[in-house]
Amino acid sequence: MASGAFPSSSLPRLDCAAEAERICRWMVEALASRLHRRGFVVALSGGVDSSVCAALAVRAVGAGKVYGLLLPERDSSTFSTERALRLVRQLGIAHEVFDIGPALEALGCYERRDAAIRRLLPSYGAGWRNKIVIAGGLEGGINYFKLVVESPDRVRHEVRLPAREYLEIVAATNFKQRVRKTMDYFHADRLHRAVIGTPNRLEFELGFFVKLGDGAADLKPIAHLYKTQVYAMARWLGLPEDICTAEPTTDTYTLPQGQDEFYFALPYRRMDLALWSIDHGASGARLASVLEVAESQARRIHLDVEAKRRASRYLHATAETIEPIGCADA
Amino acid sequence: MEELRSQLRQYIEDTFLMGVRAEPLADDASFLEHHVLDSTGFLELIAYLEETCAIKVADDEMVPENLDSIDSLVAFIGRKRAA
Repeated sequence: MASGAFPSSSLPRLDCAAEAERICRWMVEALASRLHRRGFVVALSGGVDSSVCAALAVRAVGAGKVYGLLLPERDSSTFSTERALRLVRQLGIAHEVFDIGPALEALGCYERRDAAIRRLLPSYGAGWRNKIVIAGGLEGGINYFKLVVESPDRVRHEVRLPAREYLEIVAATNFKQRVRKTMDYFHADRLHRAVIGTPNRLEFELGFFVKLGDGAADLKPIAHLYKTQVYAMARWLGLPEDICTAEPTTDTYTLPQGQDEFYFALPYRRMDLALWSIDHGASGARLASVLEVAESQARRIHLDVEAKRRASRYLHATAETIEPIGCADA
Repeated sequence: MEELRSQLRQYIEDTFLMGVRAEPLADDASFLEHHVLDSTGFLELIAYLEETCAIKVADDEMVPENLDSIDSLVAFIGRKRAA
């Protein structure tokens, strides 16, 4: 993987051919030697991360051993499903489209989320749209979240989320990632295959995933790649243009929402630079120079990254046991 | 003020520390630097302040200077009540 001097405005160039070769070799080795499964299952969101993972899986083991899942629900963008369908056709992999909306309805995902929203904004109802936006941290404050809703006649309302409502809305929407993972493992069990997790480095290292939801997988082929490197890999793999240029979104809330609005607080190109610099031991002054911000702002970004890394430990952790037990630590 | 300080210390102890620290947390110790509170913890703290101390915390008041230690909380609540 590329490394070296601190970048000025972008990361060091990734040798995509060599990196794809390295990842594919590792995927086959993991599958056959450690996971002992016959192929891969990958859920496709229509975004660049899952698309690159699927394409790498096909390079690694062939299209016949890769099964794609498209798992829309009522808040998903139809563009996401269309992009994912174009990808499976290009890759030539077997796939299934399964609407998880009824399962989410039955679990009370939408009802519980909407009830929490209505406690803050009683007029919220059918036809309204919503999203959660992060605030505070990069202005020198403490991170907090705002609920943004839009009425059917396009009037926006914004309110700071108290702890109880914030936690309930996030818990309800986390049903989406956990139900998707249930479907991933249904097909993985049925086909005796391994589940591919699709986080990029920003998501993996800074904890932008749902524990036992999209965070659950048997292998994560691009967890070491920064987001801009994933885009470079997508182009090198020849993926459809609209996937190579797709902006990262959560595709979880009903209003359009960038990942930077919800979690990262910086657009991914700048977040990549920040994380790469911090991962490579950059000082505050160096980080400020790389990001072209004041040192005080660079310090706040650094603190935000450290806080997110700490928070991600819980998400990555397996269950605590009082002492090491048998094969779990083998 | 001493009663408020004691109440806040008890809340932090009961809710976040749970008796596992070898040393008690000093009143001027930063919750952030000592990893006592994360962002969800601050939301819980604010809910507690608004419910029990009869104050409303504005968005622009959600800064470490107001909320990041027992001392800063006592001073912040004092200012809010005096306003």
